Amino acid sequence: MSEYIKCSELVDFIADYISGELPVPSRVEFERHLDVCPPCQTYLKTYRDTIAMSRQAELGGPEVASAVDPIPEELVKAILAARAKS
Amino acid sequence: MAKPITGKGSAEGVSAAGTLIDRLRAGDERAFETLVREEGGRMLAVARRLVRSEDEAADAVQEAFISAFKSIDRYTGDAKLSTWLHRIVVNASLMRLRAGKRRPERSIEDMLPAFQKDGHHVDPPAPWQASAESGLMEKERRDIVRARIDQLPEAYRTVLILRDIEELDTDETARLLSVSNNAVKTRLHRARQALRTLLAADFAGNTP
Repeated sequence: MSEYIKCSELVDFIADYISGELPVPSRVEFERHLDVCPPCQTYLKTYRDTIAMSRQAELGGPEVASAVDPIPEELVKAILAARAKS
Repeated sequence: MAKPITGKGSAEGVSAAGTLIDRLRAGDERAFETLVREEGGRMLAVARRLVRSEDEAADAVQEAFISAFKSIDRYTGDAKLSTWLHRIVVNASLMRLRAGKRRPERSIEDMLPAFQKDGHHVDPPAPWQASAESGLMEKERRDIVRARIDQLPEAYRTVLILRDIEELDTDETARLLSVSNNAVKTRLHRARQALRTLLAADFAGNTP
């Protein structure tokens, strides 16, 4: 049985792992380490949380996901005036 | 004579969009106004996420619409009209960012995880508190996360917004930023790691 990859190597591969771009042999090594390493399990979980929380912060929570503020009237007028001049 | 466009989402419907585009190409003033009212809100939200200033975001949206009106003949219909406009306002926002003043930035290196010589974490990561346990309202949590995103160096914040929020793919992000695909991938991973470090200071707790 080969040695486990290091925590630092696992962290390097996280983005490719969660996007499904990690080749199968590397994926096997990644998951073998993950199975026995609680700190890396926590790192992966909080890395995923970071992506989810940034989306929620920028796009709004479930209660506002479909709502977008209408464009302000003065900006509509400015755009139409600029078009008339262009 | 073209039928008037009415109702929500008429810029998206296949036949209605076709009619709207015909009218835009013919220079119909009311068609331009319809497009601005239907798509302007979403475009302004995109610009706000990228430029972070209300005035700059409004200017980016105005520039995007003027650019779209001028190049409507080049719209091929391969992508949805809203997708085409999304690309244009992203581009206009990035141009504003490039022209803007640089703010002082922390080095990304300071925000990346540290490892011992044997590859173990220097500070083993602690689990984060669930939102119900943190005592923070959802809006407060979102405000904190947005403030942390704003602390990322600009080159990293931009890639995080384009890839994780606006959901552009690596190829398109690389093209818009004039960098390689590998640079986009590296910056995205580093941006997420740095943001994770910043958020850990706010949300890491002792709960299992």
